[in-house]
Amino acid sequence: MTKLLEAPTTNRQPRQGRGTGPRGTAPTGSGRRPLAAAFGLLTSPKYGPVTVTGLLFVAIFVIGGFRYRGFFSGQVFLNLFVDNAYLIVLAVGMTFVILTGGIDLSVGAVVALSGMIAASLLQTGWSPGVVIPIILVLTSVLGLLVGLMVHVFKVQPFIATLAAMFLARGLCYVISQSSISITDPTFVQLAVSRIPLGAGLSITPSVIIALVVVALAVWVLHGTRFGRTVYAIGGGEQSGLLMGLPVARTKVLVYVISGFCSGLAGVLFTFYTLSGYPLTAIGTELDAIAAVVIGGTLLTGGYGFVLGSVLGVLVLGVIQTILTFEGTLSSWWTKIFIGALLLVFIILQKVLTARRR
Amino acid sequence: MSALAKMASNRLFWPVVMLLVLFAINLVAFPGFFEITVRDGQLFGSLIDILRNGAPTLIIAVGMTLVIATRGIDLSVGAVAAISGAVACSIILGSPAPGSLATVAVAITVALLISLVLGVWNGFLVAALGIQPIIATLILMTAGRGVAMLITEGQILTVNSPPFKFLGSGFWFGIPVAVIIAAVVFGLAALITRRTALGMFIESVGINPEASRQAGVRARGLLFAVYTFCALCAAIAGLILTANTAAADANNTGLFIELDAILAVVIGGTSLAGGRYSLLGTLVGALVIQTLVTTVYTVGIPPIATMVFKAAVVTIVCLLQSPTTAEALSGFRRRLAVRSGKGVAAS
Amino acid sequence: MTHPLADSMESTVTQQTEPAVPAPVPVVEMRGISIGFPGVKALDGVDFRMFPGEVHSLMGENGAGKSTLIKALTGVYGIDAGTITLAGERVSFAGPAQAQAAGISTVYQEVNLLPNLSVAENIMLGREPRRFGGIDWRAMRRRSAELLAGLHLDIDPGSLLGDHSLAVQQLVAIARAIDVNAKVLILDEPTSSLDADEVAELFRVIRSLKDQGVAILFVSHFLDQVYEICDRLTVLRNGTLVGEYLVDELLRIDLVQKMIGKELTALDDLEHRAHASVVDESDAATFVSASKLGRRGAIEPADLPIAVGEVVGLAGLLGSGRTELARLFGGIDRADTGELTIHGENVKLRTPRQAISKRIAFSSENRRDEGIVGELTVRDNIVLALQADRGWFRPIPKKKQDELAQSYIQALNIRPGNPDALVRNLSGGNQQKVLLARWLAIAPRLLILDEPTRGIDIGAKAEIQKLVFNLAENGMSVLFISAELEEVLRLSHRVVVLRDRNVVADLENDGLTVDSLLALIADGRVASDDEALDERAPAVAVVAVGSGDGPAASAPSTPSTEGDRS
Repeated sequence: MTKLLEAPTTNRQPRQGRGTGPRGTAPTGSGRRPLAAAFGLLTSPKYGPVTVTGLLFVAIFVIGGFRYRGFFSGQVFLNLFVDNAYLIVLAVGMTFVILTGGIDLSVGAVVALSGMIAASLLQTGWSPGVVIPIILVLTSVLGLLVGLMVHVFKVQPFIATLAAMFLARGLCYVISQSSISITDPTFVQLAVSRIPLGAGLSITPSVIIALVVVALAVWVLHGTRFGRTVYAIGGGEQSGLLMGLPVARTKVLVYVISGFCSGLAGVLFTFYTLSGYPLTAIGTELDAIAAVVIGGTLLTGGYGFVLGSVLGVLVLGVIQTILTFEGTLSSWWTKIFIGALLLVFIILQKVLTARRR
Repeated sequence: MSALAKMASNRLFWPVVMLLVLFAINLVAFPGFFEITVRDGQLFGSLIDILRNGAPTLIIAVGMTLVIATRGIDLSVGAVAAISGAVACSIILGSPAPGSLATVAVAITVALLISLVLGVWNGFLVAALGIQPIIATLILMTAGRGVAMLITEGQILTVNSPPFKFLGSGFWFGIPVAVIIAAVVFGLAALITRRTALGMFIESVGINPEASRQAGVRARGLLFAVYTFCALCAAIAGLILTANTAAADANNTGLFIELDAILAVVIGGTSLAGGRYSLLGTLVGALVIQTLVTTVYTVGIPPIATMVFKAAVVTIVCLLQSPTTAEALSGFRRRLAVRSGKGVAAS
Repeated sequence: MTHPLADSMESTVTQQTEPAVPAPVPVVEMRGISIGFPGVKALDGVDFRMFPGEVHSLMGENGAGKSTLIKALTGVYGIDAGTITLAGERVSFAGPAQAQAAGISTVYQEVNLLPNLSVAENIMLGREPRRFGGIDWRAMRRRSAELLAGLHLDIDPGSLLGDHSLAVQQLVAIARAIDVNAKVLILDEPTSSLDADEVAELFRVIRSLKDQGVAILFVSHFLDQVYEICDRLTVLRNGTLVGEYLVDELLRIDLVQKMIGKELTALDDLEHRAHASVVDESDAATFVSASKLGRRGAIEPADLPIAVGEVVGLAGLLGSGRTELARLFGGIDRADTGELTIHGENVKLRTPRQAISKRIAFSSENRRDEGIVGELTVRDNIVLALQADRGWFRPIPKKKQDELAQSYIQALNIRPGNPDALVRNLSGGNQQKVLLARWLAIAPRLLILDEPTRGIDIGAKAEIQKLVFNLAENGMSVLFISAELEEVLRLSHRVVVLRDRNVVADLENDGLTVDSLLALIADGRVASDDEALDERAPAVAVVAVGSGDGPAASAPSTPSTEGDRS
């Protein structure tokens, strides 16, 4: 055990520390050394869960590094992004929704739908330059409809997005009941190309796109009134209204953003699989929700960071990687681990928020 | 006219209308829809198929109705169904005599007992820790499939056990066993909640938790009870589903059944906001869903596209139940009520 | 009835010629405001005005319409009739944002800020400085630091609001309110959760804002605070205007009288019959007795014995601790000091359920949220507590339920007399009777009635009063709370007066008058007729006066006092 606490830990800790403290927010805690500050960080509903996640990620990565040969490499770390680029984009959209206290169950089905649309339109010879915008517009419109149902008709987000999920999944089957493979040269090119980072490391274009989305989301959430209103709704919709914030518009827009992100994630997923299949990405909404929760966003809304969700995705990814290295290709352990992590973080959230109140 | 209005204000009115419309569509597309024939002393026909295929959904929906009445929800029923199927199949497979009645009895008992544990777990998270139901049950929904796969070791467990298969595809007195089980569960739930004070307490806690607390109703025990019952229902449904195909598939047994069950409850007129529930409404709701599936099939649409129609039904029902839609109506109704209330007070 | 406002507002001419107050033009003038909710008229033709550089108070008991009037002024509610003039211009607000933009800022009772955001954001959000399409965080922090400095509040604008005490949050809310160049600042119960020092700090801020010409509406339950800080006050009762007065010219006792009002109904047959039995019952056994029973932030430790067959009335203003004390007897809230004995035996009441098992019934003043189960039938509502006490597996037979329901419907004259009607659809008075029936069904030995006659029609009121009287004659103990002092006097054998969360007097109802009670409620001591006082009352009264400068406790007030505002 003591070995685990040696050099690698201290090397990586500051990295994660920077990652957890997004710009534009209070400087409390981040970068301070005293024990008291560390305790305050851990017990704050804002920074507590995400700090735990950061430590957890580092711990798993370090344990993996000691257990398996070749685990502790830059490429293994980069592959977490390569393999989960689409999930990062999904988690970004989901973060917006959950920050307002809502939830979006439709994202998995929308990923599948956008894959189906892409595959079928490309098959008939449409250009990717047209197909991708069409997908993004369609999924955003679907998000808009969900948002209107939630806000105007006061349908619970869970039910409204459930309807969207049924609709998207059903439309998949309407398009085709079997897998359609993609042979479009642009898509193939995007799927196979790697961007070298030197020293034998490389990433895919999808990673770049995902990181751009993350950067945009960070800016929107922390630098714009819209973003702060998202937090305000989660902190107290009534208070937000009384403060004169554009609550209605914002509440609808978060579902549009989630729809857009799902569409984009679908496109990235197609880059990864090079096919459209109606049964694909079943249960992905749970992965996205789990990533967001593990990343420190409170399910009741109001607290959380996009970068935390990215960290959540990385935790899920590193668990998957460990299991791959372990050699038991048992995907069930992933589910059990995710469930256990969900439980831990939900109870952690409960404790932290109860203590504050 | 007023008789019609009275009928329309009954909460069962719209679900029943929906069901009748579906029947009518079926009748047009397939004139023999209502025919029930007796072959080898067993009943056959479209209606029997609807009942039999709808049985698992109905069973889960019964448990879900009670959970929803307490302002809760249980997303984990699909996973629980998968676990119970996996447990039963692995016990049967592991026994030297897979075809013996005793083995099947043990398998079923163990599967049901495990579901009780899972139900208590959900109840614990909701009632003792005070976690929102949707989130609390999300945990088991995620991890449950993994547990089921752990039990089946990622395989699809195929069993060759006539007594077990009987559960899913057998007939008893000419009636499919699944339908009989569903009827028993439904009847028991109705009996227990309506013949004891349980139903009243469930509704009272769902309508006004604080008033119920002040009246001395113990919500905690009640929540434990409904979540445990719901898990039990899920396990029974899981056993039927597994027996029907004689195979436990941890990934696909009961996939999306939580959504169908919730849908059945909502169509049946029980509000997701909790309170008054109607088991009869849930029955009609479950039938509507199953008939919808059958209709899609008989009309010749790819059966798999059923989900689009389900989406349409969810949307319509939600918009009908929406306070925004209801405001105009209830405003009118309230004005009437106030007027009559004043009249009485004055007299 | 004195109605100076009505006189002075007959026309603008009268107002200008008024020599006593060289008042400028009012900054806010509301005339003939009416607002109705389904079944209730919350405000009925109310006039209200505020002058710049003045602290104004809005006074009234439960259901007087204070909150509704404030919400009409701040654009939360639309008005059905009347006009609102702000700085000489007719206005009509479609929402709080518009009212805020027009210079009307509000700090609500439950601080309506966002605990998950920074102090700076809470001050500036909605009108934050922007740069390059985004928020200019630096400017935002600088501006909020200036505002905080102006309030002598030394906190980091970047810190989370939720990390600060309620008092600080309150001041942050004020900082937000004054940043918009507020012409009118509304403070709704700002002091209910502050301690004396914090109140003093708040008052300093209020005075400095007043000197800057801001018109401040200060709403508080605490009379001492109103008299300390306010210049003028408006009294509302039952949704109508009682009058507008200068604080210096209105005695406290007159104010309380105007708030509580005179009972207008003639219930002659009951008049003072309660007194007759007092002496006979005085040697009766004590049923339940509280000693030093209290709860932080709700009620200071209090002694209260209740004899078998005795009706004890609790008198005091809203927020005086009358409801809070009763809730401890009913097991609704847990006491954190003192003890409760039943027939001399120590008992702990942690839940309503335990109280019910001791045959103590608590009927909440908040009928809608804590009383009726609206979607259930009259029958279900009547049997609910009895059934809960028996447990779910021992159902009351249907026939027995019908008998119970039928007998109470008849005995209490519940209309409509249909046990299958949904309680939601009954009138307020009938809902109250259903609640009474629920509690009578468990055959209580102590019945706690918190404002059972509020908001119900006169006929039902008389019936409920008669019922209380009869129950006591048959040996039931009753703890009776009402804002109407006549009602308390008419029914009670003994009256306990509360003020600022303290029991200030415990008096036999022998020769007590409304005036003597008013004096106790207003000043914590009896003005002239000392003979009515119990020996220990003066001592207690001194304590109460001593703490009168500010409420003694610092914890937030209980939900019961917050939740009942209409």
